Amino acid sequence: MKRIDDKYLVKLVESALFVADSPLTVQDLKQTVLSHYQIGSKRVIGALEQLQHDYQFRGVELVKGAKGYRFQAVSQCNDDLALLFKERAPRYSRALLETLALIAYKQPITRSEIEDVRGVAVSSYIIKTLLERNWVKISGHKEVPGRPALYVTTKDFLDYFSLPSLAQLPELMPLPTTS
Amino acid sequence: MTQSAQQPQQMATKQSLGEMQQQVLPLAVIRGERVVEKPQDLFIPPDALEIVLEAFEGPLDLLLYLIRKQKFDIVDLPIATITRQYMEYVELMKTVKLELAVEYLVMAAILAEIKSRLLLPKQTINEEEEDPRAELIRRLQEYEVIKDASQKLDALPRLERDIHVAQTELSSDFQPLIHQVDVDLADLVNAFQAVLKRTQAFEHHHIHKEILSTRDRMASIVNLLVEKSPEKQTASDDEFVGMFFTELFSQDEGKQGVIVTFLAMLELMKAGTIRCIQSSLNGQIQVVLSK
Repeated sequence: MKRIDDKYLVKLVESALFVADSPLTVQDLKQTVLSHYQIGSKRVIGALEQLQHDYQFRGVELVKGAKGYRFQAVSQCNDDLALLFKERAPRYSRALLETLALIAYKQPITRSEIEDVRGVAVSSYIIKTLLERNWVKISGHKEVPGRPALYVTTKDFLDYFSLPSLAQLPELMPLPTTS
Repeated sequence: MTQSAQQPQQMATKQSLGEMQQQVLPLAVIRGERVVEKPQDLFIPPDALEIVLEAFEGPLDLLLYLIRKQKFDIVDLPIATITRQYMEYVELMKTVKLELAVEYLVMAAILAEIKSRLLLPKQTINEEEEDPRAELIRRLQEYEVIKDASQKLDALPRLERDIHVAQTELSSDFQPLIHQVDVDLADLVNAFQAVLKRTQAFEHHHIHKEILSTRDRMASIVNLLVEKSPEKQTASDDEFVGMFFTELFSQDEGKQGVIVTFLAMLELMKAGTIRCIQSSLNGQIQVVLSK
């Protein structure tokens, strides 16, 4: 086990986060780029905080999401950055968003429970899209006749909507009390 | 219909047990207040409907729209007004040949049922009797909560649209690390056995065509016997004009040939073309053409 000095540690963590295909957690860093070094989580977190501090006035910032740390463009630049991209980000239909919201807030939930609330059939296409985007997954089957699949949201979902956890979902509007 | 809206009376409390009562229906009762004059903003012109028709996510969404449009409270759900307007939409959907989902018709039936139950005179045996609209109101509220949540979800900053992940390329002289793992003999043997097993699984099964055909053999047996028969003209009756059973078999063709020849003989005997005879006990079997 080699030792690593703070200066190089910050450099290594920074470059790893920039070249990695997906966000990295402290554990991910320790098990990959830092696996040859004698180092505790505390120093890794220290390096990440150092980076956050170093980048505070720059165009990119270090953010901690559900799947780990990643660098992203500061939102201040968003409107101007949009001019870079000719293709607009995909828009999602109300049907898809309502289905996703039901899964997010009421998970685990079956397809027929989703249909009960929405009052219309859920198209297979929507479920397929949500599964393909890896926003939802089947966590099991409800022990009722037919054993329908139970859907839950994934870490990818949280990451995509920049939510650290399900607890940070927007608050539901309060149900008015029936008089 | 003359009234544009009707509300059930408050759960009757004063009536005596079992008494039937025909309710006096005001034009509308909104939040306990009797509305005598018809509100002017209730009517939505059908032309306007057409534009928004396709935007609905289902009957609940449509009902919610109708309620919100008229600034009603969900809990005051004015069934008659809403039902009439709802049916206008459904009719319109039919006329513009929009694919009318069955859910819309189910909702129409639910509305009609609720309305008819509200029209029935109240029997106040059970004071706890549930408002017929309660279930629908609950569903509308539940749907509105989710509709609202989905809008909030949509507004969250998200990847692709609002968040741009910063990534860089590796430097051009980057060398990927290739793990050289020691392989011990046991692993090698295991791997080899796995390969062997796999090859067995992929073994081809060739289906061979029958090289020797029974039908051909039948013909050749008959030919052989016919070749012998001209002699028959000169020979006396009891002279042997056929062939010995064993003569018909050829060793060259192996087991398969023997079987085919035997099958051919059986077929010919069945058809009555040839006969097998035995001149003496344990003697040679002779094959002759039938007469």
